[in-house]
Amino acid sequence: MSPILGIWASAQTASKLSAYDSIATVTVGAGGTSTVSFTSIPQTYTHLQIRGIARGTVAGTDENIYMQFNGVGGTSYSWHRILANGSSVSSGNNPSQPSGVITVVSASGSTANVFGATVVDILDYANTSKNKTVRGLGGSDQNGSGYACFQSFAFNNTAAVTSIDITSSANWAQYTQFALYGIKG
Amino acid sequence: MPATYEPIATNTLGSAAATLTFNSIPSTYTDLILICSMTGNTTSIDTRVVFNSDTGSNYSATRLMGDGTSATSNRSTNRAFIDLNYTGGVSSTAPTTSILNIMNYSNSTTYKTTLLRGNELGGTYQGTEAIVGLWRNTAAITSMTITASNDNFKSGSTFTLYGIKAA
Repeated sequence: MSPILGIWASAQTASKLSAYDSIATVTVGAGGTSTVSFTSIPQTYTHLQIRGIARGTVAGTDENIYMQFNGVGGTSYSWHRILANGSSVSSGNNPSQPSGVITVVSASGSTANVFGATVVDILDYANTSKNKTVRGLGGSDQNGSGYACFQSFAFNNTAAVTSIDITSSANWAQYTQFALYGIKG
Repeated sequence: MPATYEPIATNTLGSAAATLTFNSIPSTYTDLILICSMTGNTTSIDTRVVFNSDTGSNYSATRLMGDGTSATSNRSTNRAFIDLNYTGGVSSTAPTTSILNIMNYSNSTTYKTTLLRGNELGGTYQGTEAIVGLWRNTAAITSMTITASNDNFKSGSTFTLYGIKAA
């Protein structure tokens, strides 16, 4: 291949592969943390995706992942979910909440080294004309207990999402990790 | 910005086979995604994956299924594999599609959790499901072996492994 064609081919490859970009990653260190935050989120993508593994420090074997956008609390969030516990399926919802709930992961009473996981899509996050919808798949299997979960929540606010706070009922344990990606349209 | 979502390897079966393996998986990504479009060769099959050739009773799963009539859940404990479909679901006529997220596969500190979305038509089971899997091992995943339980995969079944790289 000539040098010119080589440069052209490289550019084409880079262009194709940059539709899904890593924006930032947070890995919780020793001692844990109450909040994982992504700030100054660029507005140059169409959708965001958060992928992560998580374990809470709260007592028991299950913990929720809570998300808040732009520091807005109040009653701005509503959520729905389908939850499977290994023997039955339930559905729940909760309107007018101070944060969105996106899945169930493991907690301090879970078997050591077990971390739940989630993949969360935040759709059309930079749009300033409509409220934001978020959906997630996640759960935590614990070899005899645990959940599989489909969940969605609405952020009843038309502002573009510029920051995300991810919290639990207590702290996130060491090695919890959330990675934020941008997906171009 | 560097590429973050990359194909690692693809295997399109040129002839019927019961097993295929992705070896020497690079540790440079954060998550893996395995996308399967698979069909039983002559009859309905079940499909499975093991990591690092571990066939011990170190896997478990919690499932959420919908078959058009009801939503149900069940689980398996101390199993020798993680499912790539729900029991009896991969038919010999309609391809089953499964997408398996293998989260944080290269760390050597945590057990490995997987998230699967699958759907089946034409087999003993027909429906859609989400399956959360667990491999109780802290080792980094360097290989995965995919098998059909009671027949071969049909020629033309495809398996593609992607890597997602976090900043």
